[in-house]
Amino acid sequence: MSDRAATPKTASERPPTRRRRSRYEGDVPREHYLNVAYGLKSWLFTIDHKRIAILYLLSITAFFALGGLMAVFIRLELLTPAGDLMTSEIYNRVFTLHGVLMVFFFLIPSIPAVFGNFFLPMMVGAKDMAFPRLNLASWYIYSLGGVFTLAAIVAGGVDTGWTFYTPYSSTYSNSAVALTAIGVFINGFSSIFTGLNFIVTIHKMRAPGMTWMRLPLFVWANYAAALIMILGTPVVAMAIFLVAVERLFGVGIFDPALGGDPILYQHLFWFYSHPAVYIMILPSMGVMSEVIACFSRKRIFGYGFIAASSLAIATVGFLVWGHHMFVSGQSIYASMVFSVLTMLVAVPSAVKVFNWLATLWRGSISFETPMLYAFGFLGLFTVGGLTGLYLGTLATDVHLHDTYFIVAHFHYIMVGGAVMGYLAAVHFWWPKMTGRMYSEWWGRLSAGLLFIGFNLTFFPQFLMGYMGMPRRYHFYPEEWQVLNVLSTAGASILGLGYLIPIIYLTYSLRYGPIAGPNPWRATGLEWTTASPPPQHNFEQTPVVTEEPYDYSKPIVNDLPAPGAGAEPKPSPAAPRS
Amino acid sequence: MSQQHGPVTAAVMTGTMPDMPDHDGPLQHHFDDMAQQNESSALGMWLFLLTELMFFGGVMTAYAVYRYLFNAAFAEGASHLDVRLGTTNTIILIFSSLTMALAVRAAQMDKRKLLVGLLIATMLFGGAFLVIKGIEYAHKWEAGHVPGAYFHYEGPLANHVHLFFSFYFTMTGIHALHMVLGIGWMAWLVLRSARGDFGVGYYAPIEMTGLYWHFVDIVWIFLFPLLYLFGAGAAAGH
Ligand code: HEM
Ligand SMILES: [Cu+2]
Repeated sequence: MSDRAATPKTASERPPTRRRRSRYEGDVPREHYLNVAYGLKSWLFTIDHKRIAILYLLSITAFFALGGLMAVFIRLELLTPAGDLMTSEIYNRVFTLHGVLMVFFFLIPSIPAVFGNFFLPMMVGAKDMAFPRLNLASWYIYSLGGVFTLAAIVAGGVDTGWTFYTPYSSTYSNSAVALTAIGVFINGFSSIFTGLNFIVTIHKMRAPGMTWMRLPLFVWANYAAALIMILGTPVVAMAIFLVAVERLFGVGIFDPALGGDPILYQHLFWFYSHPAVYIMILPSMGVMSEVIACFSRKRIFGYGFIAASSLAIATVGFLVWGHHMFVSGQSIYASMVFSVLTMLVAVPSAVKVFNWLATLWRGSISFETPMLYAFGFLGLFTVGGLTGLYLGTLATDVHLHDTYFIVAHFHYIMVGGAVMGYLAAVHFWWPKMTGRMYSEWWGRLSAGLLFIGFNLTFFPQFLMGYMGMPRRYHFYPEEWQVLNVLSTAGASILGLGYLIPIIYLTYSLRYGPIAGPNPWRATGLEWTTASPPPQHNFEQTPVVTEEPYDYSKPIVNDLPAPGAGAEPKPSPAAPRS
Repeated sequence: MSQQHGPVTAAVMTGTMPDMPDHDGPLQHHFDDMAQQNESSALGMWLFLLTELMFFGGVMTAYAVYRYLFNAAFAEGASHLDVRLGTTNTIILIFSSLTMALAVRAAQMDKRKLLVGLLIATMLFGGAFLVIKGIEYAHKWEAGHVPGAYFHYEGPLANHVHLFFSFYFTMTGIHALHMVLGIGWMAWLVLRSARGDFGVGYYAPIEMTGLYWHFVDIVWIFLFPLLYLFGAGAAAGH
């Protein structure tokens, strides 16, 4: 395949260069992607990747809120040892919905669909994603999947857990499994389309001079995540499809009474769902690389290692699914292999952590909000990853499986890691997306609250789990009440930490100070254009002449004068019309 | 900006991208040239087929597991399939792949009428396949071999034969669904071809549809021996 980046093109049509100043009132560009058109239609039919990102931002926030509400119910129920707030039937539906919404409708789309959509084309210097209409379609598919899942709630909810284990889900459960399964199935295609768009965009749409080794690490991370999306998602789609078929027609694929094998479902499910945990964490790791380099004012340490470790995670991540099935009766030899491979997959994650630490070392670190979240990620992800090793060890997992230890482990990674990274991204790129700064004071406050609230919520769960408290029960022996009360108290702080940003970010849309093109003095093409960016991202196609993360040069909060790049090339990609 | 980008901006807003050959040509606004656009759609299509491969791979894995576990029952189930109809369908599909490949060639050579004719031929072959498949399904229904509440089968292996038929219907059903989508898409291409959208300079949609169609055929080439031929030996004893 020919490498577009390697062929700087010459072109005849060059847009008439206008004086840059004439385009601004103060520092806000006169025309940008937000004000080129108004009205609902201009949003619902947009194929601008930036507007689609905003559509996703709004929808995933809504699902996050709904999933969060379910968490509130869970924590309230667990405040007391007795199951007094709701029945087991309701409790099962509540935690299932919490998991389904958070995993499939918030965390998997979160960073790729919002920040990947918005910034990936800008970071490679393209005008849009390779397939803009497919991109819009992915949002509609996501919404359709959401509608089915919401319909399932109205139809009485689901009680299988987000993992839909058979034969309970396929034969016995008296809840709206089929509707939910169809919702998750449909939603999978939005993920596939996003991933497909990413890969093609990265291969084919890079600006002249944007070689592979000059790609921002956020792009590398999303590339790796996209590989998992297109290779893994269809398999879980098939597994869930078979569950739906089985439920609707009772054919017996997973029903032992009819000769089926329920464990086969677990294999198919985890073949996707373990790699899927990396769909959630890899993009966050990409954000980490951007934020840590920027707020240490240092070139990232070990660029090649970080890029390669993303690919290593994507590859080895496909080979460890059996660690979810150590006690399900799979062959002990299979378990041993999966255990070793699980240890192996921790290595590339650790490579990243050490490279970030090395980047911090002797950097001129400052503590703006995005950086606080990045520090949060660093600590919490490390705890989550290290406890993963306890679970990957066969003997200890027999004790810890299906206890609160698991719950704590994956929340440290998915909330402490992935969501912290997501919030770092929100705060890092908010000025670029909206053109406005938010209140730094409130930003730091809520980052602090989140860190404290998070640990208070989930650290006690490690202890409960270690003491043997099983997950997915709504009552428990009294000896665990203290830890549960701590956890619920932490959850209230956590909730507050999520609410505050919604308020000050919304406030900033109108009253925030003008950000300017590059408020953080960051490197990367997305910072070389106005905030908010113009409809086609750049006034002229950028030409990349330097390595990424060159923080040794002076960077100002302004646009480069037209044609003042290191190589004043004529714009090769003048619009056609 | 709106002065420079007038029509494109308008098109972005209404969601109708210059897909049709107006003065802009088929080049979309965000690509530099046709080569870039064509390479992108080709890569996109191959990646899509990769996901399809994983999708069918999932169900074929499940099938392989059960066929290994319940070999005798699966052979018995397979012996109830109609190898003659299956073979006919295989031949029909191979011919549809031929006409599809020729259609791409016709588009490249700017032969509009031939292109339309070949696309319609491909659709007819596809349609014939579906009709025969329908006949087979009807036979299964009459024989009580459709899984679910109406499944009826005598014999010690009945449960696992049920499983075989579950896979038979799931796999051929998903495959048929892919064919229906392909045929529907081709109908749209026939309209566009008749309008003269495609020619030497622009035939990517035909080419991509061709890739998809060949893929669907290849899936059948795997399903046919997996499901039908497996039971052929046992059928002799029936
Ligand atoms: C990188 C991000 C990671 C995420 C998002 C993640 C997420 C999860 C989730 C969701 C589960 C629970 C599934 C369930 O039972 O419902 C889980 C379990 C597990 N995780 Fe992780 N994990 C990550 C990293 C790791 C690492 C680095 C390791 C090991 C080195 C690991 C080892 C395990 C094991 C062994 C289990 C199964 C425990 C059991 O059910 O007995 N995880 N993880
Ligand atoms: Cu896992």
